[in-house]
Amino acid sequence: MEIKQVEGKDIGTIMLYALSTCPWCKKTKALLNSLNVKYSYVDVDLLTDDEEQSVEEELSHWTNQLAFPALIINNEKLLSGLKNRKLEKLWSQWAHERIHD
Amino acid sequence: MREFTTEEIRQSYESLKAKTEKSGYLLNPDEEFTLGIVESLLTNMERYGYPLCPCRLTSGSREADLDIICPCDYRDPDLAEYGRCYCALYVARDATPEQLNGSIPERRPKNPAQESKEVTIPIWRCPVCGYLCARQNPPEVCPICGASGDRFERFNSIVKLE
Repeated sequence: MEIKQVEGKDIGTIMLYALSTCPWCKKTKALLNSLNVKYSYVDVDLLTDDEEQSVEEELSHWTNQLAFPALIINNEKLLSGLKNRKLEKLWSQWAHERIHD
Repeated sequence: MREFTTEEIRQSYESLKAKTEKSGYLLNPDEEFTLGIVESLLTNMERYGYPLCPCRLTSGSREADLDIICPCDYRDPDLAEYGRCYCALYVARDATPEQLNGSIPERRPKNPAQESKEVTIPIWRCPVCGYLCARQNPPEVCPICGASGDRFERFNSIVKLE
């Protein structure tokens, strides 16, 4: 599976599962880009069936509801990207603390 | 995958907007955001042959995706409860900026095809034109004559096997 890497400041492992068509996923990518942090992402709707299944399996460890964008931070927590203000705040705080270290 | 021109996207947006408003619904007033969703709908139309919800993953066939073809089965309950649909393409008349920015939970059952149960659905009647519809709540406005949803009267109910 081709996981795309975006270069930037390394503040931890940031993995974004997105849909290429989803406006909220685009917003999440734009936010990550504007923070200039290093992250990886995959557009799940562009994967083959087998690859898609492995993503579903991976995400099932984190949530029982397949929803995008799904942002996994340092392999330890899942944020549903920009769709939730509380999560957005939490994520921004986390990112800013590390960016300004 | 073919790219759509600005004119194609604009044209599709204008026609969706007209159709939407004619039936008493509203598109998200953030035009840039809405044009983006329209582009995604065009992409999905080309990719799958039907306008799959841009915020959801296909289940692999039209039959399995029937409930998430835009406008999806969950639009109206989401408009009533959260002021917007799952993607925020459609918005309620009284939607607040917070509602349009925040997230809403996925209403779609995890395995829609596997759940089989009887569901009672109320029937609503427009007192102005007599339009009947079977749904949990009346529409915001009558799609036929434009009467406001609060004027609808509960008529009866039907039982549907899901």
